[in-house]
Amino acid sequence: MAGSSPFTTRRGFLSLAAAGAAATVTGGAAYGNRLATKARIVIIGAGAGGTAMANRLVKRLDGATITIVDPRAEHLYQPGLSLVAAGLKPASYVVSKTTDWLPAGVTLVPEAAAAIDPLVKTVTTAGGTKLEYDFLVVAPGLVLDHDAIPGFSLDMVGQNGIGALYAGPEHAARTWEAARKFTEEGGVAVMTRPSTEMKCAGAPLKHAFLLEDIASRTVGAGKFEVHYTAPQGALFGVPIVAEKVRMLMGQRGIKTHLQHKLVSIEPGQKRAMFEKSEIDTTTKEEIKTTVEMPYDYLHVIPPQRAPEVIRQSGLSWADKWTDQGWVECDQKTMRHLRYPEIFALGDVAGVPKGKTAASVKWQVPVIEDHLVAALQGKEGTEVYDGYTSCPLITRVGSAMLIEFDYSNNLVPSFPGLIAPLEELWISWLMKEVALKATYNAMLRGKA
Amino acid sequence: MKELTLETLVAVFEEIFGRGLFWAMVAAALIVTALYLYVLIRDRAMSMRKFLVAQLSMPIGAILAVLFMLEVTSSGLGDMGGPIDAIVLLAVAAVGAIGMAILVYTAQSLVRGNQN
Repeated sequence: MAGSSPFTTRRGFLSLAAAGAAATVTGGAAYGNRLATKARIVIIGAGAGGTAMANRLVKRLDGATITIVDPRAEHLYQPGLSLVAAGLKPASYVVSKTTDWLPAGVTLVPEAAAAIDPLVKTVTTAGGTKLEYDFLVVAPGLVLDHDAIPGFSLDMVGQNGIGALYAGPEHAARTWEAARKFTEEGGVAVMTRPSTEMKCAGAPLKHAFLLEDIASRTVGAGKFEVHYTAPQGALFGVPIVAEKVRMLMGQRGIKTHLQHKLVSIEPGQKRAMFEKSEIDTTTKEEIKTTVEMPYDYLHVIPPQRAPEVIRQSGLSWADKWTDQGWVECDQKTMRHLRYPEIFALGDVAGVPKGKTAASVKWQVPVIEDHLVAALQGKEGTEVYDGYTSCPLITRVGSAMLIEFDYSNNLVPSFPGLIAPLEELWISWLMKEVALKATYNAMLRGKA
Repeated sequence: MKELTLETLVAVFEEIFGRGLFWAMVAAALIVTALYLYVLIRDRAMSMRKFLVAQLSMPIGAILAVLFMLEVTSSGLGDMGGPIDAIVLLAVAAVGAIGMAILVYTAQSLVRGNQN
């Protein structure tokens, strides 16, 4: 059983990457007897969360009908996109087939979920198939709202100094085409991030640090500027990390512009428009002004929201993230607060922090525990504490291994050995070489 | 990773070196080790002369291992940031040194035969 084997290691997701130095190696996952059940379980989404969930449930349950709904033929290893966008890996590095990872005994419906009825407990697909469920795991990921930025469209990526690495492997590769020109010729790079919740909040920082590093080795110091903009009031959600990032950016000469939200671009003139928020010191009122920034390279990360099907189905929070629609769920069990037979997993979950594969890694066993317990008429005991990790790349060859939880506590896997706020080669090794292997193991339900 | 399996560990190394290179290296290491045991059993003694040459080759093995590791991970010596990095780098060097010593000893024994 997950979490109860004597061979388990608490932060094994990363301890694996220490090449066994601090980890215990076992011959295989220790699963007990499979639970006989006729339950119908539907999983929406075959990304990191849905795939890992399907593999684990197949191992735990005997006789269950498990259906996974996802139209995407390609599975993306999204943590690799920031490496592709820095020219360190090819686009193919992040691409595999959805079916490569799904176990026997799971039915894939290669269609989008078009409607969810949480009262009748059905999911209707785009092709009109109606799937009845006893338990539903909602893991469709999120939607990148590129249309929300007037002047920008995805076909611009790679030309005229525009990058957008979140958009997928081809766009990440084209992002590098635009970014490489900047690193070779110099000029002004402007980095952005959205005001909404977002996937991997470290990625915009990584992109800024990597381009600064590559440009300083290529075109050389004095020939380029990197400007990092963010609508938020801090460089990172975890205060102690934000301070460290502020210091690093200061050392590296990266200029920061907080409270700056990208609102539109003029690609012809190479200008980006930002809405700058300030609090008037006397009236305490928020003052918004428009700031124009010229660029030679602009990295666009659009606002991010839950897919339309989630927002239409009444699963979203009514009083939080109302413009984004994340699923209302208990942040410790991932269970829907109004529909106990529904669990939210991954990016779509309305929990603070953690739209990362590392979060998924820790959420999956918790949902598995509560779902299997519910099938037995019991309550699960596993708790998700918000753990997530971010190997925050600061240069080609070094990174900070930052791990934290809901409470903004740092929760290092190797306290005293791998310092979370130190730029280390070993942390780079974890990101560059060990992470994909551990991710793949997670997909197969083995991690 | 809640359960760290040998399978995942192998997957990590495949990722580091590439599948083909990793298994070629495993095969090479196994063959050299087998040959090393073979010459030890055949000779029924360690030759101190061969061992001396083997020891002299160790720094070369250490340097080669470090250069190889840096190359396959897009890194440089300037990326070493803390004690743990130095420890990992020394471990890589140690593995390279020992591997090279075994290789050189075995090669001498095979080429020259049991002279001592």
